[in-house]
Amino acid sequence: MTQTAAGHGAALQGPPSDLPSTRLRRLSAEWSGDRQVFADASWRKAMMWIFLLSDTFVFGCFLIGYMTVRMSTPVPWPNPSQVFAIEIAGKPWPLLLIAIMTFVLISSSGTMAMAVASGYRRSRRTTALLMGLTALLGATFVGMQAFEWTKLIYEGVRPWANPWGAEQFGSAFFMVTGFHGTHVTIGVIALLVMVCKVWRGDFDTGRRGTFTSRPGSYENVEIMGLYWHFVDLVWVFIFALFYLW
Amino acid sequence: MQATARATEQAHPIRLYLVVWAWLFVLSACSYLIDYLHLQGGLRWSLILLFMIVKAGLIVAVFMHLAWERVALIYVILIPPAALLIFIAIMAIEADYTLATRVAQQVSGR
Repeated sequence: MTQTAAGHGAALQGPPSDLPSTRLRRLSAEWSGDRQVFADASWRKAMMWIFLLSDTFVFGCFLIGYMTVRMSTPVPWPNPSQVFAIEIAGKPWPLLLIAIMTFVLISSSGTMAMAVASGYRRSRRTTALLMGLTALLGATFVGMQAFEWTKLIYEGVRPWANPWGAEQFGSAFFMVTGFHGTHVTIGVIALLVMVCKVWRGDFDTGRRGTFTSRPGSYENVEIMGLYWHFVDLVWVFIFALFYLW
Repeated sequence: MQATARATEQAHPIRLYLVVWAWLFVLSACSYLIDYLHLQGGLRWSLILLFMIVKAGLIVAVFMHLAWERVALIYVILIPPAALLIFIAIMAIEADYTLATRVAQQVSGR
């Protein structure tokens, strides 16, 4: 635990002055240093980053597949601005639900970032409460997504057909948002587990986890945060490329 | 526990996260305005991409703390996704070709 905290401290402090000055020299020094390359990041954090990198390619492939089917069809693509409009007081509001979902997810990222910060300040209750709030916002997001899916399915959108235009719209929509929603759902469950651990004080007492003999530390909160911010990051791309384009 | 105290001293102020959060809100609102104001053509595409990249950059750099990680880790994370740009180019060319064959088929009626 102490080692982790020290590692994080060093990471925040920036490189000590005896390190090579330019970025490229630092890069080569880190790879040729005859020790752990990612010395400041623990193996847990490094592994989460590598996982997120692989997930980047998964979502990258989905979005590229969406681009390919959209570019290659001679049939007009349904206008997302109208498809995702919701009616309030008899007036259609284009993309309003999607905009609210975006703000909810960004807010959850904000509360998560603050949870990580309070974790490193050792404020157990604040960390747990902020993570609980993050999970609540995440669940709200999934709920709104379920509403959106229900509405579209009711209106006749299928992976093979829809009332407005190119058939590929449905398959791209369900694939991309479905996979993202799954990620959010998994994140919410993981967050709730982490809330229990923090609330119980596992990271203060060094209590060992259920599936591992290793004691956890508040770095686990940061790693959880990496995953959660990544989910938000993917939504930024989906929002821009699928809903606004 | 001394190390713990050090980490506490050097942790980022909560203010930083609140500022980034506010910026993400503003940028998302701007993205929504693009659609609301019915901007079209090159202006629309460039603004969408601009806001997307700035938002992604803020999340990765500040919320995910990548700006404070070691250079080796930063490069391992950021350089491989650049391969996706090549993938995008390849598939765009392929999609163009598919579209051309479909249009040709429609025109010739066969």
